Amino acid sequence: MNSSTLIFVIAFLALFSYWFAMQRAVKIAGGASKVKTLASLPKQFGALTAFWCGLPALFVLLLWTIFETRVVESFLLDYLPEDVGQLPAAQLSLYLNDIKVHAANIQKGELINLDQSNLKMLAANYLVETQNTASWLKSALILLVSAACVIFLVSRFSIQYQARAKMERIVAGLLWACSGVALLTTIGIIFSVIFESIQFFSSVPPWEFLFGTEWSPQIAMRTDQVGGSGAFGAVPLFAGTLLITAIAMVLAIPTGLMIAIYLSQYASQRLRSIAKPMLEVLAGVPTVVYGFFAALTVAPFIRDLGGSMGLSVASESALAAGLVMGIMIIPFISSLSDDAITAVPKTLKEGSLGLGATPSETIKKVLLPAAIPGIVGAILLALSRAIGETMIVVMAAGMAANLTANPLESVTTVTVQIVTLLTGDQEFDSPKTLAAFALGLMLFVTTLALNVIALKVVRKYREQYD
Amino acid sequence: MNNTIKSGQSDKAEETFSVTEAVKASLKRRHRKELGFRAAGFSAVCFGFVLVFLLLSDITYKAIPAFHQHWIKVDVTFDKAWLGVEDATSTSLATANYRKALRSSLYAAFPEVKTRKQKKRFTKMYSTNAEFTIKDFLIENPDKLGLKQAVWVRADDDVDTYLKDGVEPGKAGGRIDAMQAVWVQTLQQQSRIEKRFNFSFFTSGDSREPELAGVKGAFTGTILTMLVTLILSFPLGVAAALYLEEFAPKNRWTDIIEVNINNLAAVPSIIFGLLGLAVIINLFGLPRSAPLVGGIVLSLMTLPTIIIASRASIKAVPPSIREAALGIGASKMQTAFGHVLPMAMPGILTGTIIGMAQALGETAPLLMIGMVAFIVDVPSTVTDASTVLPVQIYLWADSPERAFLAKTSAAILVLLSFLLVMNVSAAILRRKFEK
Repeated sequence: MNSSTLIFVIAFLALFSYWFAMQRAVKIAGGASKVKTLASLPKQFGALTAFWCGLPALFVLLLWTIFETRVVESFLLDYLPEDVGQLPAAQLSLYLNDIKVHAANIQKGELINLDQSNLKMLAANYLVETQNTASWLKSALILLVSAACVIFLVSRFSIQYQARAKMERIVAGLLWACSGVALLTTIGIIFSVIFESIQFFSSVPPWEFLFGTEWSPQIAMRTDQVGGSGAFGAVPLFAGTLLITAIAMVLAIPTGLMIAIYLSQYASQRLRSIAKPMLEVLAGVPTVVYGFFAALTVAPFIRDLGGSMGLSVASESALAAGLVMGIMIIPFISSLSDDAITAVPKTLKEGSLGLGATPSETIKKVLLPAAIPGIVGAILLALSRAIGETMIVVMAAGMAANLTANPLESVTTVTVQIVTLLTGDQEFDSPKTLAAFALGLMLFVTTLALNVIALKVVRKYREQYD
Repeated sequence: MNNTIKSGQSDKAEETFSVTEAVKASLKRRHRKELGFRAAGFSAVCFGFVLVFLLLSDITYKAIPAFHQHWIKVDVTFDKAWLGVEDATSTSLATANYRKALRSSLYAAFPEVKTRKQKKRFTKMYSTNAEFTIKDFLIENPDKLGLKQAVWVRADDDVDTYLKDGVEPGKAGGRIDAMQAVWVQTLQQQSRIEKRFNFSFFTSGDSREPELAGVKGAFTGTILTMLVTLILSFPLGVAAALYLEEFAPKNRWTDIIEVNINNLAAVPSIIFGLLGLAVIINLFGLPRSAPLVGGIVLSLMTLPTIIIASRASIKAVPPSIREAALGIGASKMQTAFGHVLPMAMPGILTGTIIGMAQALGETAPLLMIGMVAFIVDVPSTVTDASTVLPVQIYLWADSPERAFLAKTSAAILVLLSFLLVMNVSAAILRRKFEK
């Protein structure tokens, strides 16, 4: 049985044991009329038994799935002659792969007549046999484990049995485990990025990566080939990211802030009720749609506009990507600044108005200075989002790593390079692929730092008025 | 003494007078500034409206051509010699040479098409799928073998684009030349060209030929991926929120988890793609390009959103509910699952829908785990290679054929309406909850 069928079988067994334990509990109580004498309800007996049936079985399944391929492979290596096991790693994996292909064909029934003189085919046959045995063992073990658990538990049932308390302890444990998933995700991210980055930095020194000004990750397959010496200086990528982010911020900060001010201080209820959905639309449009808009509408428009003014504009100019990214950021800044402005105590505003200041003077001299930590937090969060934004730049910014500050030229960004390096064929030992993880590490560290600072700034601000 | 007081008073009066004067003098400027500031704010809001309008109208305008396509009527002679068959048995019809039958019928209808070059141009006006259309027709009507029959086939995307855009032949932007344009006109005069609603856009998978490409494959992939995401992230998110709000002791561990969830919500989505690639695909060995892996990655990404929304919703349940339940002897677990959770459910569902909407539009992490492959077949299980709507949009936007521009916009419209449905249902839920 394969894993997904096994999961269904386990679920069915758990349901069955629920029913079985309920019957059992009623019997122990001495019939349906005397159920009240039990320390817990029959359904609680059932639920406890279902957990005892399902959880150990799932655990065994998980362990088995993790270790099965490795164990089977070591059996296979034992079966093969010794000189095969001493092949270099790359050749060995090719050799084993051939065997696996044969084995898959045998499983499908396409390869029936075995060539007895072909060692690989014999090994494949052995592999299939081992896999089948393993599959049977797995199913048997899992059934045995759940049956044993259920029998052990049910044998201890009595009128005094605290089924509810025991079940609740299990549920609490499960809830605790679920809350740990987010932590595991973070650990997974950190380990996956750092592990591959260390491998990358063992072939490319970190200072060359951080301060080098030439980026051309293509490495020639043969040494005599033209092009692609493999330079991993990430400065042009950082500069490109900063340029596009800066353009986005120049558009988004004033617009977003003014929208927040107008909607929170001047706008009528009616305007607010139609402007909020407008901002939600801007915030909810998927980034790939913005990318399409940038690449096929804004970029040609800017190119033609520049052309009519006698400027040469690249068709994948940083300006187009930056402007559209700015549009994407506007609702982000405006909603966070709105929160910051409305959180300023009303007394401050009323005091200023009472002294004769005009509304705009009140906003500029009282509200904004009081809300500035919240607004700075919003800007930092927006910055981190702009730096990490991928689809707009993948579709609208270029691939070539130019080190330039001219927004009309084409630049590339960190995220664009990660996508370019990791889509298509990958080999996990080439610096080209690993470079993507090093870039990912930079991106993760930068956005995390921005986020931590932003949250700190906002929290500090809140303490002032609470 | 009196004098001094008087003079002091008059000084004060003079001063007051001058301040009032100064304020009065500056009032005009200040009011002008006020108006300017207000106008700036108003124009920022208007700018937002203009952007939304531009974005949506641009995409809708570009999408319109994709919903129709042109069909050409061809008088096909199902000649036995051309087809290379003797009788109308199903095996012989399945393997017959329909290309030859189609081409010979086309040349017969246009005797002026003579040279090889002309013939090539001429047959290029019909979709590559045309021979399969006539194949399907003959298999359905085997009695037509050896007879002449009018069959509608799809026009090639270049002809289709020409008829929709009306770009002059031979010019930049047009992909057909003057000769082909004349043929198209002749066909039109014989009323052999018809514009039909493009059903195949909704019923077929991806294709290299724009006139055949559809969103069904991507749509199914999206549904499968979203199902995996929902099945994983909803129970996990609700359980985590319930634990943190109702059971977690105030200690270091809880603090770490809280900070961690907040930070995870701001990690760029592409990083989750790296996690999926390095851990889920390379370490756990799950298949590339599969909705299963896509769903796992997206659920890890939406988990913080769902947890944060669920916690807010659980926190909003009045403490009196908990106290009443505990007071009549319910256990903490029974209180949480029987009373707090049902009351918090509308808010949790709203948060989940919003999280799912985020996941629905996400593209970058799915590029990392290989959901960018060109896949024609509609996926049927979560481990089949597939793609999703946003990735399909990305792939089509990259295609050089002009006809794909309309397809991309139409796919965007499909995605946006999907999102609209989700967000509207979230808004309705929220409103119901607020009452």
